[in-house]
Amino acid sequence: MLWVLMLHSLSIRGHYTSSLLATLIETAQTQQSNSEDIRCKCICPPYREVEGQIYKQNVSLKDCNCLHVVDPMPVDGKDVEAYCLRCECKYEERSSGTIKFTIIMYLSILGLLLLYMVYLTLLEPMLKRRLFGHSQLIQSDDDVGDQQPFANAHNVLSRSHSRSNVLNKVEHAQQRWRRQVQEQRKSVFDRHVVLS
Amino acid sequence: MSNFWTSLRGKHAADRERGSEGMENPGYCSGSFDGLHHPSDDDDDEMVDIAGATLDFSSTDDVPPLSSGVYEEHNGTSRTAGMNGSGPSRLVDPLEDPLPGVGTYEDFNTIDWVREKSKDRDRHREITNKSRQSTVALLHSISDAFSGWLLMLLVGLMSGALAGGIDISAHWMTDVKGGLCLRGFWFNHEHCCWLSNETTFQERDRCPQWQSWAELITGKSEGPFAYIVNYLMYIFWALMFSFLAVILVRAFAPYACGSGIPEIKTILSGFIIRGYLGKWTLIIKTITLVLAVSSGLSLGKEGPLVHVACCCANILCHLFTKYRKNEAKRREVLSAAAAVGVSVAFGAPIGGVLFSLEEVSYYFPLKTLWRSFFAALVAAFTLRSINPFGNSRLVLFYVEFHTPWHLVELAPFILLGIFGGLWGALFIKANIAWCRLRKTTCLGHYPVIEVLVVAALTALLSYPNSYTRMSGSELISELFNDCSLLDSSQLCGYKQPANTSDTGVDNSLADRPAGPGLYTALWQLALALVFKMMITVITFGMKVPSGLFIPSMAVGAIAGRLLGVGMEQLAYYNHDAVIFKGWCSQGADCITPGLYAMVGAAACLGGVTRMTVSLVVIMFELTGGLEYIVPLMAATMTSKWVADAFGREGIYEAHIRLNGYPFLEPKEEFEHSSLAVDVMRPRRMDPTLAVLTQEGMTVGEVESLVESTHFSGFPVVVSSESQRLVGFVLRRDLLISIDNARKRQDGIVSASQVVFTEHTPPLPPDAPPPLRLRCIMDLSPFTVTDHTPMDITVDIFRKLGLRQCLVTHNGRLLGIITKKDILKHMAQMANRDPDSILFN
Repeated sequence: MLWVLMLHSLSIRGHYTSSLLATLIETAQTQQSNSEDIRCKCICPPYREVEGQIYKQNVSLKDCNCLHVVDPMPVDGKDVEAYCLRCECKYEERSSGTIKFTIIMYLSILGLLLLYMVYLTLLEPMLKRRLFGHSQLIQSDDDVGDQQPFANAHNVLSRSHSRSNVLNKVEHAQQRWRRQVQEQRKSVFDRHVVLS
Repeated sequence: MSNFWTSLRGKHAADRERGSEGMENPGYCSGSFDGLHHPSDDDDDEMVDIAGATLDFSSTDDVPPLSSGVYEEHNGTSRTAGMNGSGPSRLVDPLEDPLPGVGTYEDFNTIDWVREKSKDRDRHREITNKSRQSTVALLHSISDAFSGWLLMLLVGLMSGALAGGIDISAHWMTDVKGGLCLRGFWFNHEHCCWLSNETTFQERDRCPQWQSWAELITGKSEGPFAYIVNYLMYIFWALMFSFLAVILVRAFAPYACGSGIPEIKTILSGFIIRGYLGKWTLIIKTITLVLAVSSGLSLGKEGPLVHVACCCANILCHLFTKYRKNEAKRREVLSAAAAVGVSVAFGAPIGGVLFSLEEVSYYFPLKTLWRSFFAALVAAFTLRSINPFGNSRLVLFYVEFHTPWHLVELAPFILLGIFGGLWGALFIKANIAWCRLRKTTCLGHYPVIEVLVVAALTALLSYPNSYTRMSGSELISELFNDCSLLDSSQLCGYKQPANTSDTGVDNSLADRPAGPGLYTALWQLALALVFKMMITVITFGMKVPSGLFIPSMAVGAIAGRLLGVGMEQLAYYNHDAVIFKGWCSQGADCITPGLYAMVGAAACLGGVTRMTVSLVVIMFELTGGLEYIVPLMAATMTSKWVADAFGREGIYEAHIRLNGYPFLEPKEEFEHSSLAVDVMRPRRMDPTLAVLTQEGMTVGEVESLVESTHFSGFPVVVSSESQRLVGFVLRRDLLISIDNARKRQDGIVSASQVVFTEHTPPLPPDAPPPLRLRCIMDLSPFTVTDHTPMDITVDIFRKLGLRQCLVTHNGRLLGIITKKDILKHMAQMANRDPDSILFN
């Protein structure tokens, strides 16, 4: 917390941005401590006529015991000790931020990959056809000798446009990557020489 | 075989055409090997990228370049260094640097461990020598020594983080098949009800925030209609996930399919599969592994995690010159990465190290052991700090019980071992037969449809049974659980004794008769067992990332639990029988079904993979109970014996053999009495060995010799009459050097002489300048005499990691034995088809 205070002192001196930063950090930290990321979970088995019950409370580790968590207590005074003896209390932590970040990250990567795949298989051949007409398409397909939709469309694109060096490099790398994938696909899916 | 070669040839032809387009791009090709195109050389392009960082020459490094004895020494200070020695031809040779590409390997070839190791030793020696000269060099040598550990740290961090991400995502996606969390779609079922107090003792995971699909769509949560909606949604998601997985694998990284352990084993033994450990494979394997696991298919994430960790290691190797340029050094790192993979998969760091040692690694020096240990530690720590399951454990099925076992129980444990062995042998036979079918018949032409059909079948059959509906690791966790008072699952549906004492602290969980809940659970489990056994056979080897550990453990755990409950009831009803008398009396808690499940899981996994030590350690790390080591050992050993009686090889070796990878099994004995002369090439009927002479051949002659054959290396002799051996030249190096000389060196034409000697012989005055190639020649090739027994030769190959060995007779060169020849010979001796060995 010390450095948050330090940031605060900075903001007093009039630095608007750092004050904003400090507020952000502070809110993040308060969220962290107040959030529902910790729990104490007590599982109490059936006891006489009392049904089994699960209690969850948002308490810190030192309060994680039956007496603090089980509320309301289903048994009266003299049985409390016996009842609590059979309960099992576990302190658990999680990070909902990590979970949220991971899932959203995962879904966006998956989405990007799918979009890229759709682009490569559907849109690019169409684009290519519109740009260069039919004859070149056939020619480039012959080059590969394969009717894969991943055929070197970029090849055609890069040949007709003169671009800057960096772009060319990217183009070339991508083209080479596609060729590799095509080779891999042939050896894994068509010829079954590896990985079968 | 010939088929394979022709198709390879065709591919190169296509490559050449495309390659010439690449040459129009001078900005890219300058200084890169990409521009060189040999008539018969393979895949130059492909080698530059992913795994082939060895070929990334565009950057000039200030570190000493690949200074092995094979190449010219640079500074002249350590001219005598290097086991191969080097010629003092420095001043005459116009080629300043070792050529890019010399000393690298083609795709689907085997590396020469001896050459790589000596290369690294020379490099190390040079750095040490230099470090005495200046502070900068000293710092460089320190950083060089430290880089291995730094790399391990990075590998551990990266794999741990990835494994955590995979765990979280897979858990969430598995739950998405059932419903969605309204508090935030990113929460899985358990985290959705994290603080909800609506959960009850019986239904622990029910809370209003979590809505099943039926509730979301129709608004009803009960009744047949809701069941059908849920059922359909389950099948829909299963199909959706598996379709996405297979289509992504097919589109972006076909190498990402399968378990990966057979290939990694082969790669660690020295094989090269370019792109197998590349970045696209890593991305796609990580993404699709989550999809495949959560689609409910009968597969696990453990094997693929090993692959993922190896990809991380290989990619991170690019950061360090030491590992980037040396295939043998890189394999040491990969060995450690395999340990990391298991460490994060099971939360068992020591088990991971032993797994790498016992199961996957080929060359495992002590240094690698310590590095694996460190990397596994870092990875486990990273995973623990991510805390993917929210229970501060590294796996979903961590178990904790410490009830003792009795000596009599060894009998059922051994029974479980026998079951595990039988299942393992059966599984390997059936799975290999199925994979062979896939490889050879038209079944293999429809990978997407195959995955979809299997996924649909799995979803359709597994939904009605609650034990197959849940994911594999949840099932195992449930089966490992012992029924304490706190448990309310169906498996713990024992009849409560009627007269619960009033003290409240009675030990009522011991010694109970089975109730109706348990009987239901038992027949459901029996059905689940049959189903899992069947479906795993056809699932493993499909074109999605698929591991084997979880399904085989699940099979074993089900069988073990069934036996455990059986034993428990037997003991309950026969307290006075001879075998139970004395240790399992009335009211004692003597038999733990969860322990039987654990032993069964270990036995089945042991039967399938034939692991022993590492398996026991993994199980022991999972449970944290030292007292169960003996039962686990007994079951694992029995299972290995039983399974070995039916077939010597585990599932991974069987897959290696099915694919014909050049893997010289270190466990297999060579028992035949053949001699080197029986195995070597050329055979008696064949034309004589293609050799180069150390002087007197012209560039044109060498080129035509190389082109007329397909050998990957040529011995160099003094003269064709004497056939006395000088050295060995690899085809690839030869072609690259000649091509380069023709382009860059003045006066090299087809009539120029190729000279392998130290000093240029006197030439006629009008002759073109000679081409000196001593620097690419291996001056210390391994030789054996023609009467060397093959078992010794095989041992030499295995222990030194040789790729070829020359055979001499009275000092004259007679022939050559390659690794492939040995494998073919072994296949022939074992009555298998020698042509099944496809690769060099």
